[in-house]
Parts: sequence; C-alpha cells; structure tokens
Amino acid sequence: MDLKELYRDVILDHNRSPRNFGRLEPADAQAAGHNPLCGDKLTLTLRMQGDRVQDLRFEGQGCAISTASASLMTEAVKGRSRQEIARLYGEVHTLLTAPTGELAPELGKLLALAGVAEFPARVKCASLCWHTLNAALERAPAPVSTE
Amino acid sequence: MSINAAAARATPPPAPYYDVARVRAEFPILARQINGRPLVYLDSAASSQRPLAVLRAIELYETTMHANVHRGVHTLSQTATDAFENAREIVRRFLHARSTREIVFVRGTTEAINLVANSWGRTHVGPGDEILITYLEHHSNIVPWQMLCAATGAKLRAAPVKPNGELDLEAFRTLLSARTRLVAVAHVSNALGTILPVQEIVHLAHARGVPVLLDGAQAVPHQAVDVQAIDCDFYAFSGHKIYAPTGIGVLYARESLLATMPPWQGGGDMILSVGIESSTYNDLPWRFEAGTPNISGAVGLGAALEYVESLGSTAIAAHEHTLLELATGRLAALPRLKLIGTASAKAAVVSFTMDGVHPHDIGTILDSEGVAIRTGHHCAMPIMESFGVAATARASFGCYNNAEDVERLVEGLQKVRKLFG
Repeated sequence: MDLKELYRDVILDHNRSPRNFGRLEPADAQAAGHNPLCGDKLTLTLRMQGDRVQDLRFEGQGCAISTASASLMTEAVKGRSRQEIARLYGEVHTLLTAPTGELAPELGKLLALAGVAEFPARVKCASLCWHTLNAALERAPAPVSTE
Repeated sequence: MSINAAAARATPPPAPYYDVARVRAEFPILARQINGRPLVYLDSAASSQRPLAVLRAIELYETTMHANVHRGVHTLSQTATDAFENAREIVRRFLHARSTREIVFVRGTTEAINLVANSWGRTHVGPGDEILITYLEHHSNIVPWQMLCAATGAKLRAAPVKPNGELDLEAFRTLLSARTRLVAVAHVSNALGTILPVQEIVHLAHARGVPVLLDGAQAVPHQAVDVQAIDCDFYAFSGHKIYAPTGIGVLYARESLLATMPPWQGGGDMILSVGIESSTYNDLPWRFEAGTPNISGAVGLGAALEYVESLGSTAIAAHEHTLLELATGRLAALPRLKLIGTASAKAAVVSFTMDGVHPHDIGTILDSEGVAIRTGHHCAMPIMESFGVAATARASFGCYNNAEDVERLVEGLQKVRKLFG
C-alpha cells in the first residue's frame, strides 16, 4: 500500500485547484451525487451541443480523491460524444475496480487515478462524479434525429 | 483545623497505579501489524476490542455449556440457563439496578431504543404529544422517534448545543413542555465526547412527570453508571462498545414502567401458555425476549463487565482522561487543526478537522501508518450540520490505549500536513 501511488502530484494539484469548478447557468441538465458514507456531495451542470458535451462544471465538497476525480473527469469529457463518454467511463471503471495492467491510452490524465484500486474503501470517492455525470446525461435532451 | 488535616488536604491522594501494559497484553488484536506498523487502535467509540477474558468465557460456554435456555430439563439446558441468567445478574450489579426483572437483553442500543419506541411509545404517545431529544444524538436515538411520531402524530423536538458542544440546557428547559411525553438523550455524545448533565435532565423532566431514556452506549465503557442514582427510567447500551461481542446489548427499564408495557415481538420464550385465540405472556424481563436469545453474547457481555470491574471503572476513567488531556493538548498545537467539541465534561473522544484536508484523506493516510480512526459523520448528521461540517476525523480511546498511541496519531497527522501542504 503506497500512499504516494494514491496521492500523486496530479491528484493533489487537482484537489487544490479543481478545474471547471462552479455552476453553468443556464444549463441543459443538472444532477446531484451524494455519498452518504462520507457526506461527499457533488452537483454537476452541463450544456450539450447536439450529441456532445459542450461544457460542464461541478461543485460540492469532498475528499481529495473525489474532488480530483471530478476535476479530471470534466477535462476528459468536455467536447466528447455520449458514446465516447460511455466508453471512457468503462475504462475508468476498470481502472478503479479491476485494473488489468494494460492501461488504455485514451485515459490520458485519468491514469493518475490508478492508485485508487489498491484502496477499496476509496473507490466510491473516485466514481461518484461519473455516476453523477451519467445521471445528468440521462436528463439532458437527446438530439432530434433527422433520419 | 489541625496542621495534620491541612497537610492531608494539601496532598492529593496518590492516583491508583494503572498498568496499561498489562491491560494491552490482554487484547490479542493489539499485537497485529497494520500496513507494516504496530496497530494503534483509536476507534473504540465505533467498536472496542475484546480481551482474552471475554474470548475465553465464550469458548468455555460454547465448548462445555451450550443448549437452549429456559427449555429442556437436561443438564446442558440448565447450565446454559444458569450462564445466561448469571450474565443478567452481572449487568444488574454493573448498572446498580434494583432487580434483574429490569434487565432486558437485546441486540444492542439500537434495538433497545426501538423496543421502547414500539412498546412504551405506541401505548403512551398520541397526536400532538412531543418527544424531546438533542442535536447530539446518534441516529439510533433519532430515527426510532421519527418513526413513532409518523405513526402516532406526535412531534419530535430537539434541544440545540452550544458552540463548545455542550447541551444548551436553557433551550432544553424551554422545549420541555406540557406536551412532552418522553425525554430521550445521549449520556455521552459519540461524535464529540460531550458528557451530558443527565442528573439535571432527569430532575427537570421528572418535575414535569416526564420519563427519561438515556442512550448509554458511549458512557458505560468510560465511567461507572448507577441507574438508581441517576434515577432515569430507561437506560440502553451495547456490548461491543464495552469489550463484549457484537449482537448483544441491554435495556434497563424501571420495573413499574416495564410492567405496564405490552410485548414488542411475539414468539417463543416470551409466553407462559399459548392457545390459538390468545396467549399468556411471560414474567419480566423474559416477556421482552422473544425467541432464542444471543446466549454466548450475553455470557461474553457478563465477562466483559467483570473485566471492567476488575480494572475499575474509576481507574479506567482516570487513565482515559489523562490520554484525553494529552491528545487535546498535542492536537491543539498542530497548525490549522480545529477541535470540534470542547465541552468541559468530556469522555475520551477527540473530534477534529484539518484545514484543506478532507477527513477521509486523513483516515487513509493514518491507516497507512497503522493508526485506525473513524472519519465521517459518525451516524450523527444533525450535530455535524450544527457545526457546519459534513464530516470530522475522530480519535476515541479505550482502556488499552497509551501515550505512545497519542504520539503515533500526532506523527500521522504531521504526515498528512506534509503531504497536503
């Protein structure tokens, strides 16, 4: 169990200065996530452009892992389509719960979360933002098909 | 005043010698290494560890005495019944209750409070009535009353606390009204360690003819409790917080109240005779113990209480108070650390937050150093909200902790600060 693996510099940096922190007004969709075990709370607002997440912000209070994970997530999904986000979420989920050793290169900076898998009690902290994003995307209006 | 008397008064009596090394040797789990470091267990308020005396009593019971209680005529049924009822007598003695008829075995504090809410509550509480609690309560002394209020149309009232974590007794006095049917408060706060002025609370409530339930889960491990001296009507505690196994606890209820209460759960052991139309209920306290009880748990609880008696509740309290003062001083000196709950009367619990670091991160970093603390809302969300925090880190002490544990905690917190800046 290596603390430095969990609290990498990228994590500490994103915890200290979270990116895309705040609230979009107006927003196309909003969702709130809550981890009752530790009291972590997170609110996510996003704007869509067709099928893509044009912009998103998060606010709330949480531990370093939950804050950094949310911050990294906002950077990673901005401009991506629903399908790309779903695939990325799958990769993050594997990284957090059952790392195979073969790390998907598209994870990019999200690889900083690789240390979390060794701390099972903290997996929920890192995944809260992704569950919240999924809930927001479900609420966001889907683009009208012209086919 | 004679010179001798003055001299005697000037010199405080020597503190009784408390051999913490000997106590530690009684707890096998303390020999464990966690993440390569010797375990420092500072989470006794969540659940304490078990001494050999308890483990051996359970083993002896399971290997030589077990059968069902209050049933067969065979020898083992009798030894099991004797062991179970002997544990009840130990509990009576420990709480200074008048009679074993007032001692009901339950699963824990939570079940004890639910028993009172369901049995006493459903027959004594109606629309417009009020139950008075405090903001310091554990969820187990909040939710059963919310459920009772929803079922009966009664209202739940809560007395606030002052900024140092002490109960606002003036506000409590104001909230205590002609509508109040029951006062239910913690003896000691699990989140902050505040010791509540229970004698005064009972006095105020009784002056209005209102019975009082005390949640003693955090009190019994840390101080001697005398239910007759306190004069409370109900007193609940859990075995696992006082060095006994999980799944066993106690409800003390004043006999005159218990005798008027309908059974809560129906089944075997709580009846004298059963017909298809109706049944005759058993005597106290068995009327409230439907089904086969946790016999070995009760035996373990009896052994745990005898263990505490052998160390002496007063000696344990004095030892823990020394650790509380040491920890409070050392932690207060750490930069950007805030103690939450600084009541003048406290059990050995130190709740705190660190600027810029979430309690969960503190917990993980301390764990990597072998130091176990609790982080979160401590099942007491209303009091967390009163202090404007979602969570705190909490170190809680038991009879086996020592000054070195405090130093290891401080070292761990210094490491937290180094990592987070």
